[in-house]
Amino acid sequence: MSDNPRAVLEARGVAKHYGPVVALRSADLSVSAGEVHALLGANGAGKSTLVKCLTGVIRPDAGTISVAGRETRARSPMHAARLGLSPVFQDPALVPDLTVAQNLRLTGSSLDSVRSQLATMDLKVSFHELVGDLPLPILRMLDLARALTHDPQLLILDEITAALPSDLAERVFNVMRDRREHGRSVLFITHRLAEVIAICDRATILRDGSDVGTMSPQEGGEARIVEIMLGPEAARAGVEASEREEAELPAAAAEAAAEAPAVLEVDELQVGGVQGISFTLRRGEVLGLAALEGQGQDELFEALAGQRRFEGGEVRVGGKAFRPRHPYDAIRRKVVLVPPDRLLALLPQRSVRENVAAPLYNSPRRWGPINMREEGRRVRKAVDALQIDMRAARQVRRLSGGNQQKVTIARWLASGFAALLCNDPTRGIDVGTKRQVYGLLRELASDGGAILFFSSELAEFPLVCDRVLTIYGGRVTAELVGAAADEATLLQAMHGLELDEAVA
Amino acid sequence: MTTATTAAEPLEFRGAAPWRRALRQHGWTIAVWLVLLAMVPYWRSLSEQGFEFDLQALAIDALPLCFAAMAQAIVVISGGIDLSIGSLMGAINVLSAREMVDMSFRQALAFSLLLVLLAVLASGFTGLVITLTRIPDIVVTLGMLFVWQGVALWIMEIPGGGVPLDYSDLALGDLGTTGIPNGALVVFAALLLVWVPLRWLRPGLAIYAVGSNRNSAYLSGIGVARTRVGAYLLAGVFTGLGGLALTASSGIGDPNSGATYTLNSVAAVVLGGVSLLGGVGGLIGVIAAAYVLTLSKIILLLRGTDPNYANVYQGALIILVVVLGGLLTRKTRS
Repeated sequence: MSDNPRAVLEARGVAKHYGPVVALRSADLSVSAGEVHALLGANGAGKSTLVKCLTGVIRPDAGTISVAGRETRARSPMHAARLGLSPVFQDPALVPDLTVAQNLRLTGSSLDSVRSQLATMDLKVSFHELVGDLPLPILRMLDLARALTHDPQLLILDEITAALPSDLAERVFNVMRDRREHGRSVLFITHRLAEVIAICDRATILRDGSDVGTMSPQEGGEARIVEIMLGPEAARAGVEASEREEAELPAAAAEAAAEAPAVLEVDELQVGGVQGISFTLRRGEVLGLAALEGQGQDELFEALAGQRRFEGGEVRVGGKAFRPRHPYDAIRRKVVLVPPDRLLALLPQRSVRENVAAPLYNSPRRWGPINMREEGRRVRKAVDALQIDMRAARQVRRLSGGNQQKVTIARWLASGFAALLCNDPTRGIDVGTKRQVYGLLRELASDGGAILFFSSELAEFPLVCDRVLTIYGGRVTAELVGAAADEATLLQAMHGLELDEAVA
Repeated sequence: MTTATTAAEPLEFRGAAPWRRALRQHGWTIAVWLVLLAMVPYWRSLSEQGFEFDLQALAIDALPLCFAAMAQAIVVISGGIDLSIGSLMGAINVLSAREMVDMSFRQALAFSLLLVLLAVLASGFTGLVITLTRIPDIVVTLGMLFVWQGVALWIMEIPGGGVPLDYSDLALGDLGTTGIPNGALVVFAALLLVWVPLRWLRPGLAIYAVGSNRNSAYLSGIGVARTRVGAYLLAGVFTGLGGLALTASSGIGDPNSGATYTLNSVAAVVLGGVSLLGGVGGLIGVIAAAYVLTLSKIILLLRGTDPNYANVYQGALIILVVVLGGLLTRKTRS
C-alpha cells in the first residue's frame, strides 16, 4: 500500500495477541478523506479487534496508527473522539440505568446538538426515557447521533446495521452519504455485502488477522469480495472435501441416511431472532447449520437445550412432543448441548472424572450412594474414546482448551444421547484436536447418533456434515449436501443471496 | 436485497406515558416515603408523649443510621459493597469522644472536620486497595471491618470520653421555635450539599454508570477505577458524619457502638430501592428507609415486644417489602 497523502487514517502492521491466540496478525488500513470505506472479513478475521485498536479500547501489541498524517495512538475512546475518530461500537455505549439525558451529560454531549442530529435523521426520542427501556435499534441510532455531534473526521460504524430494521438502516446510509458530501470519511464494518456495493467507495478485506486486499466493491461485485475473503485455503478445503466424499461417504450411504428415522423434528420454531425454522435431524447424520453471527443460531441451540422457552412452533423428539422448560427436561430426553463457551458447561475447579460423570447423577431417583466402580468404568471409556490428556485431570481448568472441549463432549458419551447439539465445538482449539473432533463426530454419527453442528469456520462443514442448512435473518435460506457446501456457496447463502439451481 | 433510495418516513419513538415513566423511575422512593407516613398514625396511637418530643427522639435515633445508609448507598450504587462502614464509624466515635472531652465547642467543630477528612482517607484507601488489587469489594471491606474494630478498641478499651454540651445539641436540639429536630436538618443539609449536585453533575452520573454497566461506562469515556475510588471517598464523608453523629447523640465513645450499623445500612439500602447489583436507586429513598427501620423498632418497643422477637419482625418486614416492591416494579415494566 503506497503512502496516501489524503489519508485521514493510516494503520500499518497493527497486531494484537491474547495469550497464544492471535486476534490480529498484521493489518494495514488506509482511509482517504471523503470516502466511505468498508472493512470486511469472515467471523474472527479481526475486524472488531482492529476497530478497538484504532479507537483506544485496547492497546495493540505492534504497528503504527496515523491520524491526518500524524502518528498518534488513541489512549481511550474519549481520546479517539478528540483526535477525530468517533466510533459507534457493536455493544451500545449507553448506560442502561441512566436516562438518555443523563447519558449525554455523562459524556459531555450537548443535548440540543444530539436532538438536531436525530432530527436530520427524522427521529424523535424522549430524553427522559431510561436507556434500558429503549429498544436496541433506537439505542444504535442514539449512539450514532451522539458520535455525529463531534463532527468527526472519521466515523467508525461497527456492524451498526446488524440490529437495524431496513427503514432505520436506510437512515444510516443517508448519514454516510451526507458525511461523504461534506468531505468526511466513514469506516463501515458489516456482513451485508449488498450494503457494501450500494454505498462504499473502497473496501479493505481481512482474513485470519491480516489484510488481504483493498478493492473497489463495484468492480467485480459480491463474487469477487467473497473470493478475496476466502483466499487460497478455500481451494484446499474443497479438495479435502472431495477426498472425504470418495473415502468416507459413498452416495449410497447418504441416501440410506435420508431414510433413517427422525430423532429431532423442528417445525416452524420461533424463539428470539429465530422466525420459524424447520428441519429434521435423522439418526446417523451430522446436520450442519451455517450462519453469520447473530442470525438466531444461539437462540435455536438454547431453546432446544431447554435454556429458553419456545415462542412458537413445535419440536418432536423420537416422534413425541418436546417442550423443555429446563435443561434437565432436555437431558432426560437425551437431547444434549455442547455450548460455544466451554466454561459454561464445565465445573472448572473439579476433576475430569467429576465433570464427565456429572450428568449421570442428575435424576433424583439416583440419590443415594454413587456406584464408583460403574462411574469409573464409564468415564474411562469416554476418556479413552476421546484420547483426553489426563496429566492435569485433577482440575479441568488446567487442561488445554482442546482437552476441555473433549471433556464437554465426553460427558455425553458417558451418559448416552440421542441428539447432540454442538454449537461451535471447535472454537479456539488447535488444528490437531479439531481433526480429532471431526473424526469423533463422524464416528458418533455412524454409530447411530444424531448431531446438529454449528461452526464459525466454514471449511469444517464439508469435512463433518452430511447436510448443511444456512440461516439468515432467523430463517433457513438453503439446504446443501455436505460435500457441496464449499465456502463460496455457503457464504453466498449465509448472506441471504440466491444460489444457482445446480448447487442447491 | 436492494437498498431503496426513497426518503425515510419521520419516526417518533414513543415510550411509556409520562406518569408511568415517573412511576418506574421514582416509584420505589415514593413508596418508601408513603410507608413511612403510613406508620405515623399507628406510632401516634401507641405513644403517650407529645409529637414534638417523639419526633425529636426519632430524629436522634435515626441519625447515625441515616449517615451509614447514605454511605452504603453510594458504594452500592457504584457496584460495590462496604462491610466496614459500621466499624469505621465506631473508630471515629471513640476517637472523637476521647479527644473532645476537654475541648471547647469551636475546637470540637474544627476537630470534627479533621475526623471527617480522616474517614474520607480511610474509606478512599479501602477503595484504592479494591481497584488496585482487583480483589472483590466484599473481601477487602470485610478485612477492613476487623481492622477498624481493632483500631477502635486500641483507641478506647471501655466506653468513655465525652463532648461539649453545645456539640451534643447539634443532634439533640431543635431549631428554636420551628420544632424541626436538628437531627433531621443535619441529614437533609448533608444530602443537599453533597448528593444533589452530584446527581446532576458528571462525577455523580459516573458513579451510576460504573455501577450500571462497567463496559458501557468505559466506552462512554468514564475512568472506571477512578470513579469507584471516588465513590468510596464520598462514602467516607457520610461514614465520618455517622461516627460523629454517634458521639453527639450518645455523648460518649463506645468501641462497639458501630457494630450494628454495617448490616443495618445494607438493610436500609435495599429497602430504600437501591439495587445490590448497582446503578439503580438514590439517597432520598434510602433516608426514608433508615427512618422506617428506626421507627419500626420504636413501635415494637412501645408495644412491649420482646427485643429478640422485634428483630424477627424487622427482618421479615425487610424481606416482605422488597419482595412486594420487586413484584410491583415487574408489573409496571411489562
